Amino acid sequence: MPASPIFNPTDLIRFLPEIILTAMGTLIMVLDPLLNRRESKVYGTLSLATLLAAILAAIYAYSDAGPAFGGMLIVDGFATFFRVLVLGVGILTILPSFSFLKRQQAETSEFHALLLFSIAGQSIMAAANDLIIIFIGLEISSIASYILAGYLRDDKRANEAALKYFLLGSFATGFFLYGVALIYGETGSINLSVVHAVVTGPDAPLPVMVGLAAALMFVGLAFKVSASPFQIWAPDVYQGAPTPVSAFLSAGPKAAAFAIFLRIFMTAFAPIGHAWAPLVWASALLSMTIGNFAALLQTNVKRMLAYSSIAHAGYVMVALASRSEVGIAAAMFYLAAYACMNVGAFAVVSHLSGKGERYQSIEDFAGLAQKQPFVAAMLSIFLLSLIGVPLTGGFFGKFYIFKAALESHLVWLTVLGLLNSAVAAYYYLRLLVMMYFRDPGEAASSAEPLTPAFSAALILPAIGTLVLGIFPGWVLDFAGRSASLVK
Amino acid sequence: MLDTVLFYSFAVLVLGGGILTITRRNAVHSAISLIVSLLGVAGLYLLQAAEFLFAVQIVLYVGGIMVLFLFVIMLVNLDDAAKVREYNRQWIVALVAVAAVGAELGYFFHRGAASFHIAETAAAVPVAVGNTEALADSLFSEYLLPFEIASLVLLVAVVGSVIMAKKRI
Repeated sequence: MPASPIFNPTDLIRFLPEIILTAMGTLIMVLDPLLNRRESKVYGTLSLATLLAAILAAIYAYSDAGPAFGGMLIVDGFATFFRVLVLGVGILTILPSFSFLKRQQAETSEFHALLLFSIAGQSIMAAANDLIIIFIGLEISSIASYILAGYLRDDKRANEAALKYFLLGSFATGFFLYGVALIYGETGSINLSVVHAVVTGPDAPLPVMVGLAAALMFVGLAFKVSASPFQIWAPDVYQGAPTPVSAFLSAGPKAAAFAIFLRIFMTAFAPIGHAWAPLVWASALLSMTIGNFAALLQTNVKRMLAYSSIAHAGYVMVALASRSEVGIAAAMFYLAAYACMNVGAFAVVSHLSGKGERYQSIEDFAGLAQKQPFVAAMLSIFLLSLIGVPLTGGFFGKFYIFKAALESHLVWLTVLGLLNSAVAAYYYLRLLVMMYFRDPGEAASSAEPLTPAFSAALILPAIGTLVLGIFPGWVLDFAGRSASLVK
Repeated sequence: MLDTVLFYSFAVLVLGGGILTITRRNAVHSAISLIVSLLGVAGLYLLQAAEFLFAVQIVLYVGGIMVLFLFVIMLVNLDDAAKVREYNRQWIVALVAVAAVGAELGYFFHRGAASFHIAETAAAVPVAVGNTEALADSLFSEYLLPFEIASLVLLVAVVGSVIMAKKRI
């Protein structure tokens, strides 16, 4: 066997974002005893700097795009898009967590270290082109998320959330791994490009066996993106987890899981697309319907946003069901818009929830517009975008997804999806009415004044939402160019 | 001939241990049966000339993980749990599942190995190199990246368990 010089400089540059994240995550934990201060400002600021550096590294790596480590990683437009997306979600998670952690008296270096590790895992997933790398990245991201979900250990709901997430998540990864093992047994490779070549080649394995592997991976991945019928964990976990962590879970791991979902199913399993398309079709419809109708009944805002996030996973599944490059580009655009608006909405919840996260019900938003008009205005932007009102990112996200679905002749799915988004408008509007047309209650009156970091946590996603809504071409062009995945 | 005899003896260890693991009421007996089963698997690895896996199976599973299992079982009082009647009433589902798996197995026995495609097995390792060396070679050259990032999984798990166990956050 030739001893391949695996650590050559080009490979390392293409892997630079993950190296930065891991090194700085470790450094932050080492600094903890040296600084001897229970203050998360230092760690938070360091994490923000790390994430910014990693974004720059990801963009720099794209200037010299190509495969790395013998084809195990692939740095293309698609990978770079999702890398920047999960890193950006990281920044938007840390900004509101300054005041949140202080209020809950839970400032540690480990919170930030785990967050960085989780993001490193997602970044690996975004660039992976090999099932074993995908699996390890998924595990890094998931294990760190399980712990973050239960980070407030003395909170019963957080314990429940972490345990449920951990047990069900482990099952889901188990399913995924069975699928990987089957693929290895069938094709003799775990590299997606090689698998694609074998599946389309003359010596192709039985379609049934490939389909079985695809089905097993579908179960694992559908769990991770909280698509129906594997969505049951999401409401409990999003409600129980600390609010900044819920924001993170609903955007970061979900975007990364969709990245590998798209990559695996649109490259290795593209030849049997006609077989898995009905599955994705049904899952998309179920997710949208269950998510939206269950959200109508919620009184807890975090739980409502959790159901809405299930519904939004359904919209992205519609893009996957269209099985086209236009669909991939639409999914990428939608995930970026969704990350902005959802993380922003969760940030407002974390601001208002108070010590011990007492104020989470919809009534607690009463009169927010009178007490803190700026926060209410920002939340309105996010909610309008979640509804899909024009001039926001959410509108163009839905528009492109349903356009892609129509181009692939998924007329029924489009019709039912549009009806669904009309239903969704009700529960988002209810929150808006509560904020603007009711007298302030206890929660709105006792809300803390804004800190600069928290204002940034609202302004940045609001800018993102509006830019995606007014100049969608900037992001969509890039997504369209990156949608042709390497097969 | 000897291979066949050995294979079946190890297979009996694996299956017998497995059945005892799920039927014993006493958790300690279950754990010890599981050790027997894992030893049988180690034997199967040795039959396949995979010495490294054999050693890892014994050191890691039998030596490490199972001893930890036993420690936990002894620390937690399970005497009362052993007296509780089984509350599982899913035997109809179990019967259907067993029948389905049995039918599948019968089908494949009937059709023979050619009925489904299995990728070619890896080329035999030259005797002079040895299984452990070959494994190390591919682990530290071709699969170095997964090997390295797997350490990150362990790091995250360690940090997580420390957070969960610390006196105060």
